[in-house]
Amino acid sequence: MRNISWRSASIFIFVLATLFFLAPMFIPGLPGWWGEKKIKLGLDLRGGMQILLDVDTSKLSAADAKDAVDNAIEVIRSRVDQFGVSEPTIQRIGEKRIMVQLPGVKDFDRARNLIGKTAMLEFKFVAEQNEAEKVITALDNYLANNVQKYPALADIYKPLKTAERDSAKADSLSFSGRDKIFSSLINSGSSGFTVGYEDADILEAMIKDTTFTNNIPAGYQIALGQENKKDPKADRDVYILHSNTELTGEYIDNAKVNIGNPNSGDPSTANKPYISFKLNREGARRFEVLTGNNINKRLAILLDGVVYAAPVIKDRIPRGEGQISGNFTLDEVRDLVIVLRTGNLKAPVTEERTMIVGPSLGADSIKSGMMSSLIGLIIVLLFVVILYKGAGVIADIALLLNAAFIGAMLAAFGAALTLPGIAGAILSVAMAVDANVLIYERIKEELNNGKTPRSAVDAGFKRATVTIWDSQLTTLIAAVVLYNMGSGPVRGFAVTLTIGIIGSMFTAIVVCRAMFDAFVLKSNKTKISI
Amino acid sequence: MRLLTNTHIQFIKLRYYAYILSLLILIPGLIAIFVKGMNWSVDFTSGVALEVNLSPSDESLPPLQIDDLRKVLEDNGFEDAEIQNIGDVSASHFLIKGKGTAQGAGDKIIQILVNNFPQYIKGQDLRKDVILQVNEVGPKVGSELRKQAIWAVIVALILMIIYIWIRFELTFGIAAIIALFHDVLCIVGIFALTGKEITTEVIAALLTIVGYSINDTIVIYDRIREDLRIYRKDPYQVVFNNAINKTIGRTIVTGGSTLIVLLALYFFGGSVIHDFAFAMLLGLILGTYSSIFVASSLVVEYYHVTKKERSSLQALTSKSQPKRR
Repeated sequence: MRNISWRSASIFIFVLATLFFLAPMFIPGLPGWWGEKKIKLGLDLRGGMQILLDVDTSKLSAADAKDAVDNAIEVIRSRVDQFGVSEPTIQRIGEKRIMVQLPGVKDFDRARNLIGKTAMLEFKFVAEQNEAEKVITALDNYLANNVQKYPALADIYKPLKTAERDSAKADSLSFSGRDKIFSSLINSGSSGFTVGYEDADILEAMIKDTTFTNNIPAGYQIALGQENKKDPKADRDVYILHSNTELTGEYIDNAKVNIGNPNSGDPSTANKPYISFKLNREGARRFEVLTGNNINKRLAILLDGVVYAAPVIKDRIPRGEGQISGNFTLDEVRDLVIVLRTGNLKAPVTEERTMIVGPSLGADSIKSGMMSSLIGLIIVLLFVVILYKGAGVIADIALLLNAAFIGAMLAAFGAALTLPGIAGAILSVAMAVDANVLIYERIKEELNNGKTPRSAVDAGFKRATVTIWDSQLTTLIAAVVLYNMGSGPVRGFAVTLTIGIIGSMFTAIVVCRAMFDAFVLKSNKTKISI
Repeated sequence: MRLLTNTHIQFIKLRYYAYILSLLILIPGLIAIFVKGMNWSVDFTSGVALEVNLSPSDESLPPLQIDDLRKVLEDNGFEDAEIQNIGDVSASHFLIKGKGTAQGAGDKIIQILVNNFPQYIKGQDLRKDVILQVNEVGPKVGSELRKQAIWAVIVALILMIIYIWIRFELTFGIAAIIALFHDVLCIVGIFALTGKEITTEVIAALLTIVGYSINDTIVIYDRIREDLRIYRKDPYQVVFNNAINKTIGRTIVTGGSTLIVLLALYFFGGSVIHDFAFAMLLGLILGTYSSIFVASSLVVEYYHVTKKERSSLQALTSKSQPKRR
């Protein structure tokens, strides 16, 4: 009897735990510590995005590298918070990777931009015209001998192909070969240099390529202006800058979104959103000296290496207040303000993997996932009853209890339910049938051998239990391996499969046995319905 | 109701036919793996996969043709993009894949669609209705994931061989693992033959099948182990064959109930789960078949060749004797 009371206690705990963790889904208004433990929907069901970032620490020392990743996590977290995402997850993966999960985010392009921005704000002087021309000549000379290092340039210096590409640019065809490659890439205008939209990508790649940048005369650098989102075919500005950084964003005290007065005389801000920023005391002092000493020079404001504005300094600027205006949308200004406020990343991050699930696909997935699971479950339940009659009903109760247990455990662990997770759950229910089948087939066999119901049930359970352990444990091995290799949805699948296996072993071996004992054996029936 | 009571099918004697059947599936599959290679999804190769819904809100417009879409993408620098319809052609629901493309390619493709097919997007929320799913994978992660997937399958197999070795006997363990390799290679071969993609979900399905198939095999081994103790006088081939016959009812019922669920997932589970269910269906059929025809037969085959059945079977029956009343 001791055996049986131990068993009823474990069933009691099992059922109680299941009900406890399922309750928040059905009973509203439970106290917070209880009610908040609900099944979370994974990104694939809820919609949203997941980004795996790689922090590029190759240029930092080992100590700085570690800091850089921590700093990145912190900065990204505060950016995400200010952007306003509910329940974001930001976690470190391995040594220098960061996983960012933003469930329910719809503005994924904005979120992406915001997270990935290094947000390095820099102020640099624009080179004077004569200096710029020297740089261009130097680069022409360099490329004349080294053009083979840049395959992308191949079709620029072949006049024929250039002509095919763009007959309107006929003036740039006047050069006869390879001696003016760089000057043919950019156009010189009254207010500076530009690059045609079809060549902008080539130039952008080149100024990121260190073999090229190492050959720009010392003290200078080349940067592109902001992309024109409204007209992607517009030319882009090209700036030749002094590479010395005069001031960085680390001195920023605060940044704000502003909308220019519609009657303002300044066309760059009139009725347009722009950013105003205030530097801290130290920054303000430096800025004042800087502007005071360089009146009439052009000071370029760079964010992540792209020039957003390059105003001419008209006067000494005290108090450290400034503004960044450009062709911004309101959203862009808002996002830039967030990144300026939260500070810059110590090392650039690159997206290694990005998954975006639109909300409508998520909704469709829930619908089809739930429907297919329900259909599968109902047919399996019917199948079991048809095969095993009365005993089938007992098995069905055990299966439903197992399904409820999977749900309860998902809620308890705060694991997210993904679409493969639903598949794993329903699959483990189907495979849980196996435990019952093993037992029942064995009982039938023992009955056929002429045993009484009581001893047949006894022998059936006893023998089948060994088989169930051996067979389910090997499935468990597969599930555990899957959990360790998987990410996101696959992991969800492994979790539900594991819970399902544990639940099925318990329900089949313990719960079913108890029901058999209660219904079949106590009444000392001479026949059982199986 | 009882399925397949008291069957006396000569599974062990039929094993040569089974070997031929297995080879008929395996050899073309293996050739396809080596000649055509496997169609790894962007998860493993790096690149972008994008699912978009381009059904116009203006119903008088004809549905967007896949060739028009292809042409526009080709003209805009995505010459290698693969495009396929998801579901009904009239639904204008497309999957666009560019392998090995740079990060941010998803945004570029979306921009191209917006610029070239405004009439199909007008009146809809771009982010909510048009873009269904974007998956961009960088080159580093792609190759890592591929390595991880292959390792996961190998590690699972090794752990299982150890488990069976401990609980049963090494010969049985090796035979079971060969049967598993058989299942996995057949499925992968069929995927290579049909050009279907190997996605992370397919790998998950493979591992589940490994678990399921070994489960099936162990049920039979377990019965063999038990019967060897009871029917000591019978030749081992007969005991093996009877053990398979005694468990065949269970094999069919469990397989049947799993089949029901998989069919439901396959037909009603939606596009995302479709490949997963397909791989699982293949695996279920192969796993059941290999448990019945391959796993035990291989042990018999080994005994035929080496004549070492005595020591092996003794080692098996000495393990894990449940107390019998």
